[in-house]
Amino acid sequence: MSIDSVSRAASTPDEPLPYADLGVSKEEYERICTILGRRPTSSELAMYSVMWSEHCSYKSSKVHLRQFAQKAPKNERMLVGMGENAGVVDVGNGLAVTFKIESHNHPSYVEPYQGAATGVGGIVRDILTMGARPVAVLDPLRFGPADASDTARVLPGVVAGIAGYGNCLGLPTIGGELVFDPCYAGNPLVNVLCVGVLPADGVKYAKATGVGNIVLLFGARTGGDGIGGASVLASATFDDEGKPAKRPSVQVGDPFTEKLLIECCLEIFAEDLVVGIQDLGAAGISCATTELASAGTGGMRVNLDTVPLRDQTLAPEEILMSESQERMCAVVEPAKLDRFLEICAKWGVTATAIGEVTDTGRLEISWRGESIVDVPPRTVAHDGPVYDRPMRRPADLDALRADSPDRLERPTDLRKTLLRMVSAPNLAGKRWVTDQYDRYVQGNTVLAQPEDSGVIRVDEQTGLGVAVAADGNGRYTRLDPYQGTQLALAEAYRNVAATGATPIAVTNCLNYGSPEDPEVMWQFAESVRGLADGCQQLGTPVTGGNVSFYNQTGTTPINPTPVIGVLGLIDDVARRTPSEFADGARILLLGDTKDEFGGSEWAWTEYGHLGGRPPEVDLERERLLAQVLVDGAKDGLLVAAHDLADGGLAQALVESCLAGGVGAQVSLTGDAFVALFSESAGRAIVAVSDDRFEQLCAERGLLVTEIGVATGTDLNIDGVLSVPLDELRAAHETPLPQLFD
Amino acid sequence: MVSLVSKPKVGVVTFPGSLDDRDAQRAVRAAGGEPVALWHADADLHGVDAVVLPGGFSYGDYLRAGAIARFAPVMGLVISGARAGLPVLGICNGFQVLCEAHLLPGALIRNAGRRFVCTDQWLRVERADTAWTGSYEPGAEIVIPVKNGEGAYVADSHTLDALEGEGRVAFRYLRGNPNGSARDIAGITNETGTVVGLMPHPEHAIESLTGPGADGLTIFSSLLNRLVAA
Repeated sequence: MSIDSVSRAASTPDEPLPYADLGVSKEEYERICTILGRRPTSSELAMYSVMWSEHCSYKSSKVHLRQFAQKAPKNERMLVGMGENAGVVDVGNGLAVTFKIESHNHPSYVEPYQGAATGVGGIVRDILTMGARPVAVLDPLRFGPADASDTARVLPGVVAGIAGYGNCLGLPTIGGELVFDPCYAGNPLVNVLCVGVLPADGVKYAKATGVGNIVLLFGARTGGDGIGGASVLASATFDDEGKPAKRPSVQVGDPFTEKLLIECCLEIFAEDLVVGIQDLGAAGISCATTELASAGTGGMRVNLDTVPLRDQTLAPEEILMSESQERMCAVVEPAKLDRFLEICAKWGVTATAIGEVTDTGRLEISWRGESIVDVPPRTVAHDGPVYDRPMRRPADLDALRADSPDRLERPTDLRKTLLRMVSAPNLAGKRWVTDQYDRYVQGNTVLAQPEDSGVIRVDEQTGLGVAVAADGNGRYTRLDPYQGTQLALAEAYRNVAATGATPIAVTNCLNYGSPEDPEVMWQFAESVRGLADGCQQLGTPVTGGNVSFYNQTGTTPINPTPVIGVLGLIDDVARRTPSEFADGARILLLGDTKDEFGGSEWAWTEYGHLGGRPPEVDLERERLLAQVLVDGAKDGLLVAAHDLADGGLAQALVESCLAGGVGAQVSLTGDAFVALFSESAGRAIVAVSDDRFEQLCAERGLLVTEIGVATGTDLNIDGVLSVPLDELRAAHETPLPQLFD
Repeated sequence: MVSLVSKPKVGVVTFPGSLDDRDAQRAVRAAGGEPVALWHADADLHGVDAVVLPGGFSYGDYLRAGAIARFAPVMGLVISGARAGLPVLGICNGFQVLCEAHLLPGALIRNAGRRFVCTDQWLRVERADTAWTGSYEPGAEIVIPVKNGEGAYVADSHTLDALEGEGRVAFRYLRGNPNGSARDIAGITNETGTVVGLMPHPEHAIESLTGPGADGLTIFSSLLNRLVAA
């Protein structure tokens, strides 16, 4: 076999390379040739192709994502902003928290178990790379119709994959979402949010500094799995038959190795043994070496023959592109090498020196004595192409908005409507899924699903904790991407506040169709603008995130689905507010309810209708509501709190009653249907034992209405409906087991 | 009353892949003991008064849950210690290790539902006189989280009859059997009541803040009361 070396490339300028098959356009290929002053070697082309893919380079989204930095509110807590593996926020007491969401949508459709499992593994390594111990995950999941046969293939595999990997790592799963919609039938969304805790002065960076420092690869050996996954799999649209146009294998996860890698890294970090560190995710060694080198002194020399392989037949291009899981790359001073290797040996982690830091400004990689890569690393990792793609407001948007839900016949028997709603797959109890996840491990879980947000104690001495929620609503965003994205932000923000935590930072996972479709690009741009404006107004900076394009089947994109994660801070987790009612507590409704059914769960469940305008969003009102909920929790004024979102007041009442095992006696004024099922934003219910909270609301000018009391064994709404709790519980909890057992 | 001179030392073994080791240490501390971290490769037990084998996926649960951990260097000492009367508690994966080590009879197999299950579980304390259960009221009904994929207790009928006959069922599932365990068995003890294994996780029920309640703390305080009284 002849090696396509740098010298060979220089002497064979006209040799054709299959750049188009690697997803590289003619213009991009010519640009690579210009950068190098010759044609690339096949190894160099492999590296550029994965690193310049949409997935790794953000080439279509970059021009829009800049708004997050431009509009970022001033925030002294921010230690690391966008651009690193994950944002880091100072939470006091000498501690910092890092969090981020990633998607693993396409692999999870092809191979649900491994796709979802390695999705967990990837985001966990991102968090670990910042120097943090991963402490919790949340899993926002979206599938096709609940009763579709393919959902029965994909959903159980995805859930088992998340459970199989996350449980084995010892990471509590504390929240997430479960949404069914036909638009996700050929393209499920598997997003994973991970939270980590680290010493505030212990942040690690992906940089290779210091000439002569050693570059080590440690963790699993490199195999042939997931080769080209980043450029080919994640960036190619599924065709109409639901099969990937190009089909390399999905990566295979080994959570045991990842667990050892976590403990090994944390010991290494504690002894300050690394100069820089980067995990190997999409684009594997190509990504790690170019990113480390370009953020550091500037050069690196790597001998690819030293990479420990699972498969000795791998070609150098494959080694460079392999996405084998559970691998990390560290830069270590020679004096600290022995101790580094000693800790790796203790944990049974393979560690191998593969190169060293240089000041040549070049990444030079050799293989069997020949130079196969000689590139300026920055051109691979950071200076990829940037596209300002054409945008067009969707042609059907006006018609969609004009199709108001006002035309839908409203029910007269609200009891029947309530029972149908609470048993609809999107609103039904999620225990079939969440009981497969360990929520207790690490012993710091204070609240977990189905609570509004997950709450984790991060400091046992003081009770300091963080709350995290992740929310999205593809129907709202379809009707209005700007407003819909702000509604998702508002919901996650409200969910964090409902548990008693002050929202402080935002992450996001932006799931859209093809950026080459101008209508999708418009949806994306409007969403980003909405999120940047919303974060500016709420004072919560975006600390990082992920863009997933090409979520579509054939030419039909998914509903634009931004999933927004909000991190909150709570001084003492003992003061958290649960959502369960307690017998005898009075129930108050916060905020005002309008007749808003555009994009609502009612219109969807009862009529399959999606049209009109989503609920209005008023971020100042959200901020006021959040402040009142947080202050009420701090002062111990709240027995319970629960945000109102999908399914409206009815859904919130049912959930708080079932969680507390107590009924409620409620009386409503005005149109009972609107009161129960409207999805007006900026609302919550709370349960209180005295009138101090109402005084607080009055002082702050927040509308509060007493609507009833938690009591008895029925949910009774005066003159409207009455349902025994047992009947409600059966209606709410049996649908998922019936669908998936 | 715990001695002012020194707290009883309770070793908690960390195997590669152990997950609830720090949680078990926290529970020991909460009960008034001094947790001592033991490493799977340790060649001595550092003078501990008792040992906890915690939950997790030791060695990835590869081959069979607990099958590899049973051969870890530290286990040789735990096994000989247990035979000489050292109190040993196996929680979840630790219970699986105890069965693989033949310190307890039977085995744990894949859940009847074929899925991992995490839920708050009612249990009845069937034996309130072992080293690890002495501070419960006999027949007490308690809530402790269960979380496992391979938690179905099985043994041949002769062994099950013997366990029942000798009163060696320590805990039984109540109000539902989460994993299909034979005769609703959640935990068992050896003949002398010093070695106890159970699938539920008492270390996750030491306070209502982070668990369903504090019912699990009594397992650890039972041991410490026993050690202090001895």
